[in-house]
Amino acid sequence: MSLNRIFEIASTGAGAQSQRLNVVASNLANADAVAGPDGQSYKARQVVFQTQAVAGQPAGGVRVSSVIEDQSPGKRVHDPKHPLADAQGYVTTSNVNVVEEMVNMISASRSYQNNVEVMNTAQQLLLKTLQLGQ
Amino acid sequence: MLDRLTANLDFHGNALTLRADRQRVIAANIANADTPGYQARDQDFAAALASATGYRPAGGAIAAAGGGAAKAAGLVATDARHLGPGGAPAGSTALLFRVPEQAAGDANTVDMDRERANFADNAVRYEATLRFINGSVRTSLSAIRGD
Repeated sequence: MSLNRIFEIASTGAGAQSQRLNVVASNLANADAVAGPDGQSYKARQVVFQTQAVAGQPAGGVRVSSVIEDQSPGKRVHDPKHPLADAQGYVTTSNVNVVEEMVNMISASRSYQNNVEVMNTAQQLLLKTLQLGQ
Repeated sequence: MLDRLTANLDFHGNALTLRADRQRVIAANIANADTPGYQARDQDFAAALASATGYRPAGGAIAAAGGGAAKAAGLVATDARHLGPGGAPAGSTALLFRVPEQAAGDANTVDMDRERANFADNAVRYEATLRFINGSVRTSLSAIRGD
């Protein structure tokens, strides 16, 4: 019954989007962090989506293949009084672009909603199929 | 004799399976809306139904399935090995690739508006097929009971 597989596919979509939302939350929370747990400034993280191929099936779900770190240099702010300031008085903060992250968040939440809608429709269709011939 | 009772049910049963398949393909498109390089797929429903049931619409031409699936220009395939206008063998159930209206920077060809519309459209048609089956079962039962 291929309608059952819709739940699998849509749940991989919703799962991947929620992981993306998690990464966005982490990036936004650390947007103003000066130093991460390792002493370095926080690097923005991004998820990479990949189609999850199923053997013998043309249509597949989606999965997060990796989480990459943005290697661009962090913002440098002149703040000589800061305890982590360097010799020139500059503090390196994270390289998170807040505007990009907000756009990412909206996109992820819309895609998540789409997947939920797909599951709702598939559920209704399955229920109607179960009532067939009654 | 008995197969005449179920011939009509068979046709709608095939249609129902194909509708469920198409629903799954569109669900996969929606799940992969943000996957870089993903190519949206769709089924040519008329061709798939024709190859599943042997039923050909009048004129022999296969009308293109909704949306951007390759449009058939009224070519008549008289042999199973003839190619359709989309390049796929006429009447084959192979999935076609959607033609994108606007190019995306990451080579993803999923157009969410179109996928949502197709998904809703396919859901309605799936329900319609269910009702056809229900109606035909009810008709047969009432003929059997004679009431």
